Amino acid sequence: MSQKTVKFIITRQNSPETAPYQEEFEIPYRPNMNVISALMEIRRNPVNSKGEATTPVYWEMNCLEEVCGACSMVINGKPRQSCTALIDNLEQPIRLEPMKTFPVVRDLAIDRSRMFDALKRVKAWIPIDGTYDLGEGPRMPEPKRQWAYELSKCMTCGVCLEACPNVNSKSDFIGPAPLSQVRLFNAHPTGAMNKAERLNAIMGEGGLASCGNSQNCVQSCPKGIPLTTSIASLNRETTIQSFRNFFGSDK
Amino acid sequence: MAGSRDFFNRRLHSLLGVIPVGLFLLVHLTVNHFATRGAGSFNKAVNFMENLPFLIVLEFLLIYLPLLFHAIYGLYIVFTAKNNVGRLSYFRNWMFLLQRVTGVITLIFLAWHVWETRIRYALGQTELNYDMMHDILSSPVMVVIYLIGVLSTVFHFANGLWSFMVSWGLTVSPRSQRVSTYFTMIVFLALAIISVRTIFAFI
Ligand code: HEM
Ligand code: SF4
Ligand code: FES
Repeated sequence: MSQKTVKFIITRQNSPETAPYQEEFEIPYRPNMNVISALMEIRRNPVNSKGEATTPVYWEMNCLEEVCGACSMVINGKPRQSCTALIDNLEQPIRLEPMKTFPVVRDLAIDRSRMFDALKRVKAWIPIDGTYDLGEGPRMPEPKRQWAYELSKCMTCGVCLEACPNVNSKSDFIGPAPLSQVRLFNAHPTGAMNKAERLNAIMGEGGLASCGNSQNCVQSCPKGIPLTTSIASLNRETTIQSFRNFFGSDK
Repeated sequence: MAGSRDFFNRRLHSLLGVIPVGLFLLVHLTVNHFATRGAGSFNKAVNFMENLPFLIVLEFLLIYLPLLFHAIYGLYIVFTAKNNVGRLSYFRNWMFLLQRVTGVITLIFLAWHVWETRIRYALGQTELNYDMMHDILSSPVMVVIYLIGVLSTVFHFANGLWSFMVSWGLTVSPRSQRVSTYFTMIVFLALAIISVRTIFAFI
């Protein structure tokens, strides 16, 4: 009796310095499998499709419910989370690759430090620490709260950077995610006090202006974040900010 | 970091694409369209342009320098992208690629076009009139080259208007960006019809 199987072609890499290579796997099918449970099966029995023993494929995961972003990889050409990639919905052989926009650590694991560096650079936080209690912040109008909440869903997964043609080794573009965070923190009534600082940060090298409007980010974001609306809105804000910078302003 | 060179150059590139280069394109296509009313009309219109006061200053300030900046910085932008329509074949990603491809085609075409008309005229090798274009377009190969070059330029301008409106924050919401897609594609079709009719008027 022939058993139903799942075929994988996985792009692997032993260390950040070594060359990538492909390895094929064929594992027994189980109902309701996702890419992570398949990778766990390979880890349990690390034998490739030629029947040779090999090292287990390395990847990262955490929440297993698409809220942490750690398991992001390129699946059949599209960057997405592997924990929500159901085998039944994927064409076989399933191709897994690391998101090469980031430095590869090992196999499918990547180093997303650049995203956190970008968040620091654009000051994606609200300074509230002072020498005395600042008290409660002002309330936010409900319609604004609703869209700001959507922006706050970003899990820094890096999918939008991987999808963007302008984020690559030839460019220093920080990518859509940190830009959208600037819009989020500028929308907050307390955060708005540091609006100009954040706008000036994204008017720096590799900032907002490096966007070329391919709009792949908004198509790819697993959280449905309106990244291109954020970018266009920031384009408007920075236009005004550049006039303020040039002519002077009391704002 | 405030208002870095990157930001300034990119916004300047965007602005120059519309003002003055895009506006000049519209004037240029309009004047040439007189060819559809016969050689006499065309020659009169060209003669008017040729005799504008301070012509060489106007040409440098409104055409050559802005176009040169837009083209050189445009090439830099083209080479900093890593296109991925193969993996992510969304409409806007295709337009992103086409904007870059038509930019490069336009650059090659314009270099040839400026040499063949303006520079040869300046060197006294040709007159600027209906017959010059009639001679150029008497070769079927040149007709094809002109069709490709002109359609690519017109597409680049129309789709560029779309991204110009995003780059300056004029169209922010998804709906406004969708409406401006329809609008700019109508601009493309209108300019395409005008310029193709003009080309055939010289044959
Ligand atoms: C008749 C000549 C030309 C006109 C009217 C024109 C017009 C425009 C306009 C209006 C834009 C939109 C700006 C924006 O996105 O904000 C644009 C973008 C662009 N142009 Fe041109 N252009 C011309 C020639 C060229 C040439 C020769 C190149 C050289 C390769 C070029 C390369 C580009 C590129 C790469 C963009 C995309 C910029 C981006 O997405 O950020 N253009 N052009
Ligand atoms: S914006 Fe979306 S795709 Fe980009 S990092 Fe955040 S969650 Fe991921
Ligand atoms: S493991 Fe957290 S998003 Fe997949």
